Amino acid sequence: MSGPRAGVPLIEAEDVAMHFRVGSALSALVGGRPALVRAVDGVSLTLMRGESVGLLGESGCGKTTMGRLLLRLLRPSAGRIRFDGEDIAALSGAGLRRFRARAQMIFQNPFEALNPRFTIAAALAEPLENAGIPRAEWAGRIERAMELVRLPDPGQFLARRPHQLSGGQLQRVVMARALLLDPDFVVADEPVSMLDVSVRAGVLNVFREVRARLGLTAIYISHDLALVRYVCERTVVMYLGRVVEDGPTEAMIEDPLHPYTRALVAAVPTPDPDQSHAPLPIGRGAPDARNPPSGCRFRDRCPLAHDRCAAEAPRPTRIGARTVYCHLHG
Amino acid sequence: MPEAMDASPGAAAGGLAGRLWRGLRLPLGDPLAVFGLMIYVLFILTAVFADQLATHDPTEILYTPDYDLAADRRPGEDGYILGTTSLGRDIWSQLVYGSRSALLIGLTAAVMVALIGTLVGLVAGYFGGWVDAVLMRLADIAFGIPFLPFVIVLSAFLEPSIWNVVLAMALVLWRDTGRVIRSQVLSLRTRAYVEAARVCGSSDLKIVFRHIAPNILPLSFLYGSIAIGWAILTEASISFLGFGDPDTISWGTMLQDAYASQALSTRAFHWFVPPGLCIILVVVAGFLVSRGYEEILFPKLKE
Repeated sequence: MSGPRAGVPLIEAEDVAMHFRVGSALSALVGGRPALVRAVDGVSLTLMRGESVGLLGESGCGKTTMGRLLLRLLRPSAGRIRFDGEDIAALSGAGLRRFRARAQMIFQNPFEALNPRFTIAAALAEPLENAGIPRAEWAGRIERAMELVRLPDPGQFLARRPHQLSGGQLQRVVMARALLLDPDFVVADEPVSMLDVSVRAGVLNVFREVRARLGLTAIYISHDLALVRYVCERTVVMYLGRVVEDGPTEAMIEDPLHPYTRALVAAVPTPDPDQSHAPLPIGRGAPDARNPPSGCRFRDRCPLAHDRCAAEAPRPTRIGARTVYCHLHG
Repeated sequence: MPEAMDASPGAAAGGLAGRLWRGLRLPLGDPLAVFGLMIYVLFILTAVFADQLATHDPTEILYTPDYDLAADRRPGEDGYILGTTSLGRDIWSQLVYGSRSALLIGLTAAVMVALIGTLVGLVAGYFGGWVDAVLMRLADIAFGIPFLPFVIVLSAFLEPSIWNVVLAMALVLWRDTGRVIRSQVLSLRTRAYVEAARVCGSSDLKIVFRHIAPNILPLSFLYGSIAIGWAILTEASISFLGFGDPDTISWGTMLQDAYASQALSTRAFHWFVPPGLCIILVVVAGFLVSRGYEEILFPKLKE
């Protein structure tokens, strides 16, 4: 978006890694080295103010972990994440509370993102209470947020509990809750994947609209290229904990540079029988984040892999507005 | 809108008193739970009005007007409602006063077990790490202690008193509650709404007490009600084995008295069936009530 402060980075992630140890301490003791899952392994990502970026990849590629790292729901094993210039790992107390008010999340499953024992009003009051908003302003703020997400007649929902609402209504409440504190940054983790197809468009439209109206910086996590295309100008494709391609969504779909992106683009069904990209046959072997291949992570499924792919990890190559991590372009 | 606003966030922010009151909301929707509550009410009233209900001093040895021992009377005989023991004590009065010690032991033990176990489970499950490791090793040690012998040893060291049972239960029986609640918390803390609470700025303490604790409350009540039964049963066992306080009338001492006097062989069912029945009723009532709590706290179960 072209706000007065557009072009200023809001989020800068530098070489961020998140490694999870699997198995107990005891099995690590017996088996020697504990198994590490490298969910995110050296990702750098910069988000400009007002930018909306799609984080695309198949399950297990680390996109959700990356989203949680950016919100400090996880602490990275390595690397640094700066939010508005501040290292979020160093935040505590009042600084952390301020950050929590500015960075919000829209959850994948609205049926679980709200405490079933809380009324909608209580769920919406929680962030306001935490942020120290005076009680007198609560009703007004809630009403505004409900309006933003197009929940007409909010009064009828407030006294209800989550199980009395439909999925689409719930996801709007979850969005309203994220918007209550006027955040700068929102991570949306597959916000429509648990919803009925018939209500997806409505929720997506609300997301797009709200993002544009408030000039939010947003990350939209999805495995569905078509959805990302609909809501994000820029897309970052991840594979097995690393970024493979990063650039404007449309350009990427027109001319995918990385073999994996090509496979993703080709996998989107199109109504056009003469589709421009021949499908790229990639191996089906499910990637194992515990034992990733050497060099390029994608090489064991890549039909175009050559010797160099096994030997060294591809370095980022800038091609126009895009960055690709592949030896074919290096 | 304003009314709805006032009602719920108010309750959410209403502090400890409000939360406790909501926790104590009685399960009046479930007929079985109401039955359980009625049993509780009956026993509590009995305990409170024991002085009025009892016809005699429960420890007094009774004599006929001719100065014969009024022993082994059948129910109704000579105006003794449930008859008398072999030593000439009034069984009805003992039963009535027995409810006092039973409720005292049962409720205090239940509160101790549920409280300690719940706190241990919450802290261990939510914070994990070394806190969890230390608390769970303590639980392992508690699991290694055979309960009844432990109470007996404790009674031997301390003065014989009904409080030994409560103390022993507080020291040992939190282990089951703690373990079960910890495992529940482990699964609850990964729920999306817990993460959602963190994203919107709630502190750990707030998350534990507002989002996690209410969900394990039925478990606490369940283990509390099991503890009521256990405490009464343990006290009965201890008294039955002769380690109880001889000056306190309890259903356990009644059973012990009946056993020692070979009431079964004299077919004095009126002597040992009523206290046995009372123990069963109180224990069952606990289960029925906790079942009702479960349905209140998980509204989805009903719909």
